[in-house]
Amino acid sequence: MDFSDLLQKAFNFQDYAQLLPLVSNSLVAGAALGIVGGLIGIFIMMRDMAFAVHGIAELSFAGAAFALLVGADVVTGSVIGSMVAALILGVLGTRARDRNSITGVLMPFGLGLGILFISLYEGRSANKFGLLTGQIVAVDDVQLTGMLGLCAVVVAALLLIWRPLTFASADPLVANARGVRTGGLSIVFMMVLALAVAATIQVVGALLVLALLITPAAAALRVSSNPVLTVVLSVIFAEVAIVGGILLALAGSLPISPYVTTISFAIYLACRAVEKLRSPRRHQV
Amino acid sequence: MSSTPIVAFNNARLAYGRRVLWQDLNLQVAPGEFLAVLGPNGSGKTSFINTMLGTTALDAGQVSIDGQPVRRGSRAVGLIPQQRPFGDNVPLRARDLVALGVDGTKPGVRLARRAVAKKVDELLELVGASGYANRAISDLSGGEQQRLRAAQALAGDPRVLLCDEPLLSLDLHHQQAISQVIHQQAVRRGSAVVFVTHEINPILPYVDRVLYLAEGRFHIGTVDEVMQSHVLSELYGAPVEVLRVNGRIVVVAGAGGRELPADGHEHPQIADDVAHRDGK
Repeated sequence: MDFSDLLQKAFNFQDYAQLLPLVSNSLVAGAALGIVGGLIGIFIMMRDMAFAVHGIAELSFAGAAFALLVGADVVTGSVIGSMVAALILGVLGTRARDRNSITGVLMPFGLGLGILFISLYEGRSANKFGLLTGQIVAVDDVQLTGMLGLCAVVVAALLLIWRPLTFASADPLVANARGVRTGGLSIVFMMVLALAVAATIQVVGALLVLALLITPAAAALRVSSNPVLTVVLSVIFAEVAIVGGILLALAGSLPISPYVTTISFAIYLACRAVEKLRSPRRHQV
Repeated sequence: MSSTPIVAFNNARLAYGRRVLWQDLNLQVAPGEFLAVLGPNGSGKTSFINTMLGTTALDAGQVSIDGQPVRRGSRAVGLIPQQRPFGDNVPLRARDLVALGVDGTKPGVRLARRAVAKKVDELLELVGASGYANRAISDLSGGEQQRLRAAQALAGDPRVLLCDEPLLSLDLHHQQAISQVIHQQAVRRGSAVVFVTHEINPILPYVDRVLYLAEGRFHIGTVDEVMQSHVLSELYGAPVEVLRVNGRIVVVAGAGGRELPADGHEHPQIADDVAHRDGK
């Protein structure tokens, strides 16, 4: 394939208007995921849990693959998988260092299980890889309702525990002394995170959840320390990445995820550049 | 009711397994009083603070704050912890850290933004931190962060300020400034201060009484009563010399000439060394 073929495959805006209605479900799902990713990403960064998210995603993938194999609901399967992972991490890995090693142990096991299940599955191969690398048109009305439900639960739970979770994440010692139940909050957060991961996997796939759950927040944190502004930016970045990614993917015949991850990464690079331009010596002092 | 003690320990005992940190502790801290808590590492200074926070339970006896049994999360206590760096990924400015002291334990998101901002401005002013209210906490120096810690702790109008090594890793100038801020606020509000430290000199002008913990024993009294060679020697069970040099207090271990807590060069093994030498 030469370069013009590639370009044709990646960006082809013929028949764009006719294609657009086909992905309206995906766009709605994507917009909801953008909010979820932008919000929860800030806490993932504050709690230094990027790697744990990756681990949860792989077990979520295994759960979804198993559901696919036995003909059960894929979203339910991925929710169960990520809940199990989150519980294991929440109970065993209270300290960041423990959590990292447990994640490292859990992740390949989850991925291996998932690959086993999709190898045994004899249905459409697009479904198989959709779970790992994302899919674009697969969101039907039933799935959409389920995903919106998941997203609503995540956002509502986050808003409910927002302040004490911020306190516990930024300043655990004083928060604990002031009466915040830091241990309980951390388990609750793991559960909420598990739901967010399970929802995100449906669109961008298990391997690429970080592009939506980490990168937008990481980018926002490079350009602001204002707690409200970072959240707003993080959500905007996530929306641009996911909605922009879906719209661009429509113009080509490639999966949605490379578009989403590329936009997300470009935003991150731009934010780093802005940070550098603003205060070139900030990190040397 | 100003005669009511703010902190009252009654026959208190704390032990980890068979190791007793302190027992038969009877201590009352009065309003406006500044109590320094000294002792080597592992002598139970931080645990002493934790019993007043309600995060560590006594093995025997009682401790009450303002006449009430200790309750975790009580507004009657404020905590100023040891300085530790905040990560780069914590999106909080100076004012946001203080705001967490105002309403950080409440559920939901902050709706009363204006009221909280007003309170935060007052607190920042109080500790002299208004100048960097909008800067990221990860960009601030240790001394600047500790001023914010003081403001954060004062947010609840506490009856007692519990300070756990708040001067550690600060330079001399900031040590003095932070000590002064803490003392001033206590005097102004009539609240008590319990100040855990192994460096008594920066707070020497403010200390009313000293609680010195060592070797499972303790001694309470004024600085002049406690910081005496014979008192500390008895406490450590080994010869200890207390010297006064230019208004500073220096504690050295017996003939070895090494310094003991009270002068900022604490090494955990010193107390053990003293004990071992005693055994030989």
